[in-house]
Amino acid sequence: MLRVAVLARSFARSYATAASPHALVFLEHNKGQLDSGSLSALTAASQLGGRVSGLIVGAPEELPTVLEQAKKVTGLDTVLHSASSQYTTLLPEVVTPLFVKLLSTQSPFTHVVSAHSSSAKSILPRVAAKLDLPAVSDITSVQHDSSSNSTTFTRPIYAGNAISTVRASDSIPIKFFTVRSTAFSAAAVGDAEAETESIDAVHVSNPPTEHVSTSLTKSDRPDLGVASRVVSGGRALKNAETFKATLFPLADALGAAVGASRAAVDAGYADNSLQVGQTGKIVAPELYMAIGISGAIQHLAGMKDSKLIVAVNKDPDAPIFQVADVGLVADLYEAVPEMVEKLK
Amino acid sequence: MRPSAVRLLNILVPVKRAVDFAVKIRVNPEQTGIDLNVKHSMNPFDEIAVEEAVRLRERLKDAVKSIKVVTIGPPKAVETLRTALAMGADSAIHVEIPEGTPSPEPLAVAKTLRELVVRQKEGVDLIIMGKQAIDDDAGQTGQMLAGLMDWAQATFASRVDVDPSTKAANVTREIDGGLEQLKCQLPMVITTDLRLNGKYASLPNIMKAKKKAIEKITPADLGVDLTPRLQTLKVTEPPKRVGGGKVANVDELLVKLKEAGITAKRA
Repeated sequence: MLRVAVLARSFARSYATAASPHALVFLEHNKGQLDSGSLSALTAASQLGGRVSGLIVGAPEELPTVLEQAKKVTGLDTVLHSASSQYTTLLPEVVTPLFVKLLSTQSPFTHVVSAHSSSAKSILPRVAAKLDLPAVSDITSVQHDSSSNSTTFTRPIYAGNAISTVRASDSIPIKFFTVRSTAFSAAAVGDAEAETESIDAVHVSNPPTEHVSTSLTKSDRPDLGVASRVVSGGRALKNAETFKATLFPLADALGAAVGASRAAVDAGYADNSLQVGQTGKIVAPELYMAIGISGAIQHLAGMKDSKLIVAVNKDPDAPIFQVADVGLVADLYEAVPEMVEKLK
Repeated sequence: MRPSAVRLLNILVPVKRAVDFAVKIRVNPEQTGIDLNVKHSMNPFDEIAVEEAVRLRERLKDAVKSIKVVTIGPPKAVETLRTALAMGADSAIHVEIPEGTPSPEPLAVAKTLRELVVRQKEGVDLIIMGKQAIDDDAGQTGQMLAGLMDWAQATFASRVDVDPSTKAANVTREIDGGLEQLKCQLPMVITTDLRLNGKYASLPNIMKAKKKAIEKITPADLGVDLTPRLQTLKVTEPPKRVGGGKVANVDELLVKLKEAGITAKRA
């Protein structure tokens, strides 16, 4: 019954309009700053070739600052914004009704786009399911065909060891997708002047989930996800103290972020948030230095799109050397300090 | 809170049979998918989910009434259920689909799970499942299921504490840049991150698991349509990356860096 209705609606749509796309981009922000992942998602949305609206959701006191910034972003036609004290932390249970309201009957939107961030990954599939729509995760390319109202995506599967090309056809009236930020450059915050439109918040009484606390890992180093240089360590670093003492000076000399393999994280050498790989962060910096990392499939999934990969490992047969542009077979405890010294 | 607060917890754990994480996969020559004639195992995140359910029972004792595992998959997926039963689940449901049918999409899986949940006579209080399957890497099913059920959700959980008396769970989640703590009312969906528990399955009691019940059911019994809504046009190999060879010492390494325009950070 429902499916018939959905089909009928999408056919009507394709005849009535030339199916010009109109994307809604979920713009995330943190401490008054738009997330760069969202700016990459915006670039992907722009490639659909139609109108692009942004959506900013947040607490009343933080919204004005972010809104000022969002208005100036290149590529946005309109910025929708919704403020509520309930949106101070974005609980999926609380923010989903707002999305559903925006996307239900008569919605002008053909696509819903976000970064593949932990917050959007939690929210978007919930919203899509509410609307009985599938979603496409972590896309690395997008192409929209207006004549057939279909959108074709590529996305990595099997930890990046295969690339799947999928098409969302006209039968999917709103196409949801999350964007791998390393595959798209961030839209510029320039001197554009997008229109703004306030959307009433949807109050959720008695939400089943309550936010208790957030603890973010503090660091003076660049953020791993967006850093142009990354120095990563693996199991060979022995313990947390050695990890720090060995890798941090090198990272600092290069102005790099610090990353870690799963083995290093599991063993407690480094914080969870530093894990690079299939189940951690996906990075694609200019320089990725893998120190004492063997190069398991799951780790390679998170870094093999880096521009220059440098590996230091004492095992000449380590798989990391098969992808490294520059490999050095050496004891890292000698090589790394020597590098730091010579970089000074 | 639901009125029947005294009721004991029934936990459902959806699991997926996937290509083993250590297998180097190959795209098939027809570019329709990957060569599936390789070792399969339980999706690692689902293994963590089963383990967590079993540990919850160890901690909460009799407050956990049942741990039921479910899979949607071809006949061979029954092996995955047996593994889960050997890890300590009580019973299993196999929503069987014919060999060779395309793997159902997250939304279809979520709908199937919803149908199963509403059919559980004793109800379901807690669903624990992996945050993503390592084959399609979609990471959507748990959120979709929570949405369809209108339940609380806690994704990417690295710590779970359930209080059966208040039917609430405190969950620590792995988020970008750190951790977040939530307090959720049951019933709810939790998706597991790698850090939830590090223990590998204790020696499975396979003989005992063989005696545990596996209920078979078809998608038609549940009234769900598993036909994919997204078309997979092709599956290809990623661009090959060729290693650039080795250098003899740190000096040569630094020369290579310099050639690539990478020098020390200017203070």
